[in-house]
Amino acid sequence: MNARIFFYLLVAGLFTLGLSQTIQRHVAFDIPWMPGETRTIWNIDAKIDFEADGREVIASLTTPKVQAGYLQLSQNAASPGYGLSFIEENSVPQAQWTIREANGRQTLYYNVQFLADSKSTDQPINEMPPLLDLQYDPAGQTAGAEIINDALKTSADAFSFTRELLKVLNAEQTSQNVSLVLNDNSSKTDLLISLLNKAKIPSKKVGALYLEDGRRRQHLQPLVEVFQEKDGVITSRLFNADSVEAVDRSNLLLWDQSGKALLELTGGTNSKVSFSMIQQEQPALAAILQKAENEHLFNFSIHSLPVEDQSLFKGILMIPLGVLIVVIMRVLIGLKTSGTFMPVLIAMAFIQTSLLTGLIGFILLVAVGLFIRSYLSHLNLLLVSRISTVIIMVILLIAMFGVLSYKLGLTEGLKITFFPMIILSWTIERMSVLWEEEGAKDVIAQGGGSLIVAVLAYFAMSNEVTRHLMFNFIGLQFVVMALVLLLGSYTGYRLLELRRFKPLADKE
Amino acid sequence: MVFCSPFKLRSKGIMGMNQRNSGYIGRYNPRKLYPLVDNKLKTKIIAREADVTTPALLGVISMQAEVEGVEAYIKDTPGFVIKPAKGSGGKGILVITKIENGRYFKPNGSEESLSEIKRHVTDILAGLFSLGGSADVAVVEGLIQFDNAFDGFSFEGVPDVRVIVFKGFPVMAMMRLSTAASDGKANLHQGAVGVGVDITTGKALHAVQFDQPVKYHPDTNKELALLEVPKWERLIYLAASCYEMSGMGYLGTDMVLDRDLGPMLLELNARPGLAIQIANGEGILPRLKLIESLGDDHGMDAEERVAFSKKHFSQ
Repeated sequence: MNARIFFYLLVAGLFTLGLSQTIQRHVAFDIPWMPGETRTIWNIDAKIDFEADGREVIASLTTPKVQAGYLQLSQNAASPGYGLSFIEENSVPQAQWTIREANGRQTLYYNVQFLADSKSTDQPINEMPPLLDLQYDPAGQTAGAEIINDALKTSADAFSFTRELLKVLNAEQTSQNVSLVLNDNSSKTDLLISLLNKAKIPSKKVGALYLEDGRRRQHLQPLVEVFQEKDGVITSRLFNADSVEAVDRSNLLLWDQSGKALLELTGGTNSKVSFSMIQQEQPALAAILQKAENEHLFNFSIHSLPVEDQSLFKGILMIPLGVLIVVIMRVLIGLKTSGTFMPVLIAMAFIQTSLLTGLIGFILLVAVGLFIRSYLSHLNLLLVSRISTVIIMVILLIAMFGVLSYKLGLTEGLKITFFPMIILSWTIERMSVLWEEEGAKDVIAQGGGSLIVAVLAYFAMSNEVTRHLMFNFIGLQFVVMALVLLLGSYTGYRLLELRRFKPLADKE
Repeated sequence: MVFCSPFKLRSKGIMGMNQRNSGYIGRYNPRKLYPLVDNKLKTKIIAREADVTTPALLGVISMQAEVEGVEAYIKDTPGFVIKPAKGSGGKGILVITKIENGRYFKPNGSEESLSEIKRHVTDILAGLFSLGGSADVAVVEGLIQFDNAFDGFSFEGVPDVRVIVFKGFPVMAMMRLSTAASDGKANLHQGAVGVGVDITTGKALHAVQFDQPVKYHPDTNKELALLEVPKWERLIYLAASCYEMSGMGYLGTDMVLDRDLGPMLLELNARPGLAIQIANGEGILPRLKLIESLGDDHGMDAEERVAFSKKHFSQ
């Protein structure tokens, strides 16, 4: 009895293992359940124009970090003659172009691809940006101090304080204080930052890009990121100086989080950075794989193999499903097949040839093969040489059908070469022996059974959804194994036995 | 309805193929003993050691060089059978019932020349009839003079009695009668008629062909209910003693009745079919369960086991 318990534990274990691995892959790597799901990829170009002064040029463009909602897939840059490096300065990524001597108008391109990924999160903030000491003229300074005092009274923390400031700055009727300080500063954003700094609240300027398909010549929108430390944890929030409302992060890519400048250029003037972007819909899987290439997370999966071997596995990983069909048909239904797993091999041939061509080709080959084989049985040959003869015969038949169908213009017929010849030969041999010993009825029963199972296995193995699932979720192999094991311990009746024993059940 | 309810089958104790395979054959028949059963020559040897009667062994041909000497074995017999030791399902069995002046005749009257017989032996040696085509030996046996009791019950073939012996207890028996449809063979799935036989009396119970109940033999029109196996005591005892000699827990024993020598063991089968239940009109499971409930320490010998079966399994 213990062995039974162990068996069921094993089955349950395999089942859970397979299922949890499958779910884990779906959750952690985002592999979709269905094939054909698409994911959005943003393809963004940054174009830098400037006039070179004719000496050495260093152009450093701040590039986006990984952030909430977006995951960087790849980046590259095009700029003939320039040395290019992707560097990181103070945890701010940069693309840096360098050249010894440049003259006249220069254009540099930077391209980056972002996958819209709801699971991507902002990186944790490790330190506050430093407070800046900005100088004002005396009138502005007093006005500013008044605004700050008013806001401090009506707020509780850094975020509410900022909101209070925004209310004052964006009030419909600008107060006297505001117009006084605004005179000194070019934009509300800069004003907000200087006011925050005066109130000793750390903040920085962030350049954000609104993503919209097909937009060109876009510029970064300035936003203000306000920081606050509470219980040792630094949090931050984004504010738009021109609006009291909260910033909507959807479709917003924070490009420049350096707090300094988007572009640092030495050796050039009149620099200008503009952005253009397109939205691409990619099959989810391709997008995931592209993402994985960067992360090396897939090292333990089939996807880490070369593409050629992957496609080989695509076929191999389907076999368990065909095997499962065979087990179901034999154990639960009770169909007779010639050769236990011959139907699976035939189904695999059907996948290559397409179903109808395969069925016609198979029946044709076996029929002609049986006909010729019946002559061989008169010769009383030894088994090995008889099988060998059948193999050669099958090859000749395949060649003949191939040529014949080609001459007749039926290129479909050429697919007949996909049939596994050794398997076909054995099938013919078995059927022939069966014919002699049991008669044509058993040949039709077993041959028909094999074909039914083969066609079912074909449908299971060629289905787009099952192919996708079996290939991408290795865990499902364990689930199939658990099912096969479970079926192996099934001692109930087969469907066809319910018919067979019907006279017995109906008695009395 | 084409199908019947599985619960009904279960309540009648009918055993299905899956249960037979995993619950009985897999559990009670040790794999290493299969060769004893699958090889008729080995079966014959162990049967002889256990004093179980088998058809007379005239000779064994195991090499191609010996084929020429086959005549020495068969010349002076009233008839003989040449069969492959490892054949299954009655394949490759050559039966000669009449020998006249060096001419050999099959049961249907057609003549078989000596050279044809030699070729048949060659085919057997080459493995033409054995499972997987492995090399085989040819066994030459004396012809069974079959009992008049079965006149009219069988068409062109030897009727035999299949007894299922479970752990040494005969649990169910069935007579297998060849028909025109089965081409003289006694295999039920080829169309032979199966007649359930009462364990206690040896009398016919029900008859079945192609899994459907029948009342009369399809070729001879003889009423099958009249069938009674003579020398039943001896036959059932022999069947029960096959357990000790083969070691197989779930065994099909094929017995034949010789006019002069009485019941004898023809061959053993480690994977006996399920049709015997239809022929008996009863499921086999309750009987198997009863014997399983006895455990292994009942200490009964073959005779006591037969008595036990007779007491419990009469219908």
